[in-house]
Amino acid sequence: MKGTNLGEFEELVLLSVAALMEEAYSVAICDELSNHTGRTVKLGVVHAVLNRLEEKGLLNSELGEATKARGGKRKRFYQLTVAGKAALINAKSIRDQLWDRIPPFTWIST
Amino acid sequence: MKEQRQHHPPAWAQRFVAWYCKPELLEDLSGDLHEYFERNVASIGPRRAKLIYIIDAFKFFRSYTVRKPTFLNLLINYLMIGSYIKTSGRNLLRNKLFSSLNIVSLAISMSVGLLLIAFVLDLRSYDRFHKNGERIYRITSVETSNREQSSKFASASIKSGKLIREQVAGIEEVAMLRKDFSGDAQVDDKILPIKGFWAEPSLFSVFSFPMLEGNPETALRDPFSIVLTETAAKKLFGNPSALGKVIWFDTLDYQVTGIMKDVPFFSHLSFEALVSFSTAEQNNKGDQQFEAWTNTGSNYVYLLLPENANQASIQAQLDAIAKQENLAEANTKIQLELLPLHKIVVGENLRDLSPSGPVGPHMPPLALWILGGLAFVVLLSACFNYTNLSIARAMRRFREIGLRKAIGAQKSQVRVQFLAEAVMISLAALLLSFLLFLILRPQLLNIAPEMQHMVKLQLTPAMVAAFILFSVMVGVVAGFLPALFFSKISPIHALGNASSVKGFKHLSLRRALVLIQYTVTLIFITTTAIGYVQYKNILAFNLGFNTENILNINLQGNQPDALLKELSEMPEVTALSRSLIVTAVGNAWGGMMKYGNSRDSALVLTNHVDENYLPLHGYTLLAGGNFIARPTTSQAINEVIVNEQVLKRFNIAKGDPEKAVGEEITFSNFKLHGRKMTIVGVMQDFHYGKVDNLIGPTAFMPWTPEDRTIINAKIQSADLLATLAKIESTWKKIDRVHPFEAEFYDEAIEAAYSEFSSMIKIIGFLAFLAISIASMGLFGMVVFTTETRLKEIGIRKVMGASSGSLVFLLSRGFLMLLSISALIALPITYVFFESVVLRKFPYHTPVQIAELLVGLLAVLLIAFLMIGSQTLKAARSNPVEVLKSV
Repeated sequence: MKGTNLGEFEELVLLSVAALMEEAYSVAICDELSNHTGRTVKLGVVHAVLNRLEEKGLLNSELGEATKARGGKRKRFYQLTVAGKAALINAKSIRDQLWDRIPPFTWIST
Repeated sequence: MKEQRQHHPPAWAQRFVAWYCKPELLEDLSGDLHEYFERNVASIGPRRAKLIYIIDAFKFFRSYTVRKPTFLNLLINYLMIGSYIKTSGRNLLRNKLFSSLNIVSLAISMSVGLLLIAFVLDLRSYDRFHKNGERIYRITSVETSNREQSSKFASASIKSGKLIREQVAGIEEVAMLRKDFSGDAQVDDKILPIKGFWAEPSLFSVFSFPMLEGNPETALRDPFSIVLTETAAKKLFGNPSALGKVIWFDTLDYQVTGIMKDVPFFSHLSFEALVSFSTAEQNNKGDQQFEAWTNTGSNYVYLLLPENANQASIQAQLDAIAKQENLAEANTKIQLELLPLHKIVVGENLRDLSPSGPVGPHMPPLALWILGGLAFVVLLSACFNYTNLSIARAMRRFREIGLRKAIGAQKSQVRVQFLAEAVMISLAALLLSFLLFLILRPQLLNIAPEMQHMVKLQLTPAMVAAFILFSVMVGVVAGFLPALFFSKISPIHALGNASSVKGFKHLSLRRALVLIQYTVTLIFITTTAIGYVQYKNILAFNLGFNTENILNINLQGNQPDALLKELSEMPEVTALSRSLIVTAVGNAWGGMMKYGNSRDSALVLTNHVDENYLPLHGYTLLAGGNFIARPTTSQAINEVIVNEQVLKRFNIAKGDPEKAVGEEITFSNFKLHGRKMTIVGVMQDFHYGKVDNLIGPTAFMPWTPEDRTIINAKIQSADLLATLAKIESTWKKIDRVHPFEAEFYDEAIEAAYSEFSSMIKIIGFLAFLAISIASMGLFGMVVFTTETRLKEIGIRKVMGASSGSLVFLLSRGFLMLLSISALIALPITYVFFESVVLRKFPYHTPVQIAELLVGLLAVLLIAFLMIGSQTLKAARSNPVEVLKSV
């Protein structure tokens, strides 16, 4: 199953696309990531990742309405595809399983 | 709010993004950049926002955003290319006349370009075979004398070379080379003249001259060692190895210590032999001048710098040496400069004072630029033809373009289509022009004698690549305007009613192009005409003495008596004289003259002649007479014959020739020091130098047997060639080694101005090309105009117009253009000649109106022929047939 293995940043981008719902376009995703992770996220990186995720078939995109703030250019809105959702759920379940395997007392001792 | 609106991201950065970015990503990407930009303007100000925009624009240049190159797209989309080729091909075939006009005029003009490319590539390939070529430099001496302007010499003194070797840090190697080693090499009973250089052993480590036999490190170490080139060794010794053998020059024997490969053609140094520099040092032992700081003649200093050498520091050290040495000199200051090896052949003009002239060929970049400019003008003219004819015939293709656009062709695709078409035509023209190149190549090589020693013009892969590249470039230039024009056509107009589109909207552009073409053509033609007349005037110029049927025989070191005796017995030889040099062809000899007790001395040009020289050449003596004494050594000379300028310069006897006779002057040159001489005669002024020099003070002194000799033989014969052959066979009896060297005076004068004749030939050739190209263009335009106006002419004829008035109607516009271009071209050419070119010739004849008009007449005649024949054909056509056909 090519494309179901997600990189860390890819996963974050997918999650923010899901969280932003109808408002998920590059700049908004970038802002969202910066706010929630506390690291400076470069637009170029987000762009490249969005592009790659779309190529993998995890994201869909369509052009929206033109706005003045963008010099008359339209925004490209992203949505999760079924495969994208599956990939996120898959990633989460793998983590959950691993979390479950950690005995609770290990946390107390450290 | 309004304030914010005013800030926009830099337009060029936006265009840059639009240029590289894939179309499907572009909108999104530039929108994001813009949003960030607005944000940054608000937060950190417009200036930094712009900077960040630019940086981001470059950051987005990634593999996934960048579109594949257009060229690749074209290849992928080869169906389109196929379609372009097909339609272009069909179009070419449909308009056979116009296609051939285009191809031929492009081919003609491109042949000039090809010749120039070959020429420049050949010049650029000089000295490229040296492995360390990039690091080799030659020392230039900049000499400033008391009152004179400073002049740059290619040579440098031996002392400077030695000082550089001792004192300058950061130099890998120094090699000195001394010019004019020449002599008759004798091996057994074989005698051959050999020419070469004196050279230091380090020469072989600076330059890449491979040694075949012998040790390059020691071959030039000891005095009287000689290294021969392969060919010279073969000539002297035949097949057995020459290494270690002995060669006699005069009374000295030299040992062959090495055989080296022949010097490549493209080397600015060319020689048959190298003799160890220590030989020259030994021969000149005791001569203090030999190693003097100011003795810059005949000697060359080459440096090999290490990689990443610090040139500034070396120059500073050279300046320090010069400063130190100049302290001891009162009159002459010399500065040293570095000249890269690859700038010797094509580079600054340097003087080279020595009897054998400069080392290697030289071409000033300015001359190349001028030639390039002229070729460019001719090329542009052919490109104008293409532009004109394509746009004029645009209407025929409107539907095609309209259809292409209607089914989705973009502007850029139409542009590419027309550029591709133009490139196709220029590539077709390349084939034809290559044939022309092959035909013209020997002509160019024979245009001047120096040419054959300078370039070969042989095809190399680089040359072929340059030709193809050049032809593509020509295609792009030619197709540029048509492509722009066609891409702007709106499909609605084109498909609707083609005739409603203003095909003549670009009439003024086309007129301007024709105007420029004809102006340029006229300038070329009148320049040729004026130049030719002036050149003929120079050759026929009255020099002040007679040069007709005088044969100058260079004795090449032989004593003249034997030959004189033989010649005097020939009936064809009517008079004989001896002289040191041949004047009026650019040679010069001279020294400083003083009169009376004044300290004022001035340069006087001289020639040493015997008592028969003046009558033989028909010099006019104003006062006094010929030489009386016959001195046998230069120390015994005490008579001088001067010209009027000498009297004027020194104010001798207030310029009165009669009274000047008997006055005494003092003369010094490198042999005579303050020699007192009596003026025995005063000659009328004559031309000692070339015609572009002003007549200056000149003096004749008696010839002595110490001088090298030229025999001047006045010949009266019906068959000059037979006489020449007879004299040559006599020469062979006297000198078996040297080939006969003789030239008629008139021919020598012609050769002295050979650069003018080659210039006129080149410009004349370009003029011929320009007029053919412009005529072809004009012809095409006339054919087109009459074609489109056939119906109009038919109606006019029906209404009663005469053929004459129709011809006038049709040709009026063209004649108008020609007259305007004549009004522009002729004054420009006239002013150019009178105030720029002929300024350099103080004795020139003024430019005549006839010379100006002859070119115009030729152009008009050809234009009339073409316009007349076409318009007459149209005017004579039967209106019934023309008007019937729809």
